[in-house]
Amino acid sequence: MTLILIPLLPLLAALLSLLPAGKRFAPAVTLAAMLGGLALAGVAASRVLAAQQWVAITGWVELDGLSALVLLLVAFLNVTAALFSWGYMGAHVEPQRLRSYYAHFNLFAFSLLLVPVLAEPALVWIAIEFTAVFSVLLVAFDDTKAALEAAWKYIALMFMGAAIALLGFFILFWAQQKAGGGHYSWNGLSAISPGLPPTLVLSAFLLILVGFGVKVGFVPLHTWLPDAHSQAPAPVCALLSGVKTTNALYVILRLAELLPSDRAAGWMQAVGLTSAGVAAILLLQVRDYKRLFAYSTVEHMGIIFVAAGLGTGGLYGAMLQMLAHSLTKSFCFLAAGAALFVLGTRDIASVRGLLRQSPIAGSALLLAGLAIGGAPPFAVFLSEFSIFRAGLEQAHFLVTGLLVAFVVVAFSGILLHINRIVLGTPLPATTGPGRVHLPRACVLALMVAAVPVLVFGLYQPGPLQTLLRLAASTLTPVSPR
Amino acid sequence: MPSSDVVDWLQNLNALVGGLFLLVSFGLVAIRQVQGCVRLFVALSTLLGLSAFLLSAIDHNWHLAVIGIVDVTTKAVVIPLLIRRALRDEVYTRREITQVLNIPTALLIALLLAIAAFVLARPLLAFGEGPAIAVNLPIGLAGILIGGLTAAVRREAVPLFLGLLAMENSSFFAGIAVAPEMPLIAEVSIAFDVLILVFIVGVLTRTVQERIGTTDVGTLATLSETRPT
Repeated sequence: MTLILIPLLPLLAALLSLLPAGKRFAPAVTLAAMLGGLALAGVAASRVLAAQQWVAITGWVELDGLSALVLLLVAFLNVTAALFSWGYMGAHVEPQRLRSYYAHFNLFAFSLLLVPVLAEPALVWIAIEFTAVFSVLLVAFDDTKAALEAAWKYIALMFMGAAIALLGFFILFWAQQKAGGGHYSWNGLSAISPGLPPTLVLSAFLLILVGFGVKVGFVPLHTWLPDAHSQAPAPVCALLSGVKTTNALYVILRLAELLPSDRAAGWMQAVGLTSAGVAAILLLQVRDYKRLFAYSTVEHMGIIFVAAGLGTGGLYGAMLQMLAHSLTKSFCFLAAGAALFVLGTRDIASVRGLLRQSPIAGSALLLAGLAIGGAPPFAVFLSEFSIFRAGLEQAHFLVTGLLVAFVVVAFSGILLHINRIVLGTPLPATTGPGRVHLPRACVLALMVAAVPVLVFGLYQPGPLQTLLRLAASTLTPVSPR
Repeated sequence: MPSSDVVDWLQNLNALVGGLFLLVSFGLVAIRQVQGCVRLFVALSTLLGLSAFLLSAIDHNWHLAVIGIVDVTTKAVVIPLLIRRALRDEVYTRREITQVLNIPTALLIALLLAIAAFVLARPLLAFGEGPAIAVNLPIGLAGILIGGLTAAVRREAVPLFLGLLAMENSSFFAGIAVAPEMPLIAEVSIAFDVLILVFIVGVLTRTVQERIGTTDVGTLATLSETRPT
């Protein structure tokens, strides 16, 4: 029951936040629902740790190591995004529009939580589709021409991807019927994976790779990503980049596990390297710091996909990278939101010395840049390092070498831009009203979001390591073919 | 089981429906009026429903009949109604739609895509028994590709979005043949999901129209690596 309750909490909060009941009601209800969701996700994860998996309704609602990890990530990021929204959106949005924002925010959170909880692939398709449908109007929330353009591009590409992936799910079902049927669920498929006709599974995998690759942001299907991320409100970006992309990647990884490993690996390394490489180079020429982080998302999705394609050794690194990227990237977008709040512009060239104008926003952005670039001692450094090690151990020298090069390029690109914004003396034209104070809720959200970014690089609690290992083992093929 | 003559006849009828489905997909690329696009989409959805009914009769599979009913009500009735409601003036008042490519070129590309779909589907057909898959799978795949082309060459919001919906229809067209036993709850929720999507896109398109004064979304192409304002 608890498992079903997790996505239902934000659904209830979506209804409640439409009530015209004072300015603080909707954000408070939303935050309460997200905190409740996090607590329940924690309970669910601990049960998965104890018993490998938790089956609420066999074949429909199930949780295993991988989905528990994703669920936990979504639940945590929902909390920080809701907290940040309280300060960020409350500051300059009129009450009626604020209610509509929170209604959509909750629906979006609902769909994000739904993806890991469901075990039936066709329903997962619907949940992934919901994450797009419920976030379009959030992307368009600023109601400017640019925001509408971003939203239109976003939904058109999302739906195009979904339509292609849908055929993949039909073919997957066909493959399962051919192999003797049983429950059409992740577990059911995984159990009979050696018997699935490889041609059918490969077709399903490729259709879903293209279809959901749009949602992950694999190059060349990434074009919506920087547009949507430059236009959507910062807390929405934090969820889009932090977990929406991860959710779609999670589904693709589940599919890859069903293939004979030698077949999937080549595709995963090629697609992943292309994304990482192209994004690392595109990073260098951005003019907008929110687009900077958006390209970094494309790069990281590529790295995770390569790592998962490195075989059993790379899977742990991929899981660690998934965790580190989600936590760090959502922190990045919250920091970018704080910077935008202070500066009023996303233009990198017209900003200097953010640290002097707002020490909190400035230091958060600097921390975010260092952490997502992969500087030690942050979590991304640790995960990228373990991926490189796995790559070398498996003798994938070319792949690892390219990956290292791309990571270095991306690191310098990010730091180059962030340094310009944060350090130096403010330009006379943009100093404006002097120091701007961030709303208290924003500061609190930044602090909460920063904790795992800082801590997980130095120390990972035992249960978390176990969960990561469990997640990696979920993706390990049942038996070698 | 109906006698084999009847089954053969139904199979042939399904092949005819498939042919018409492909033809209508081509029409969607070529037609020049917005209202015509909506009508063709209704035809496309009706053909999908018909194919579902035929396959349901051949296999005695009531699942497919339900899917046919749900499909016809949502896609041939409710969605066109929603589109016409949301964008009354856009659908009725205007005119020839601008395209990125001229129509003969677009049709030629569509033809190539259809041939590619039949080639790509060949290795999969080895796994199918019965002629239904041999009809529905390649045509569905062709429909997906042609729908994508439609969306890519259109600049107007409604025809562009109808191209995307045609892609989804084509996925289903293949799906009813290859996975007729798919749990009903999943298929019905997919239809429900598409309804929500159409509703939301309707809201978005109306906002675009109010803001920019046109639904020519092709003009929305300003975001790039330039200095943000």
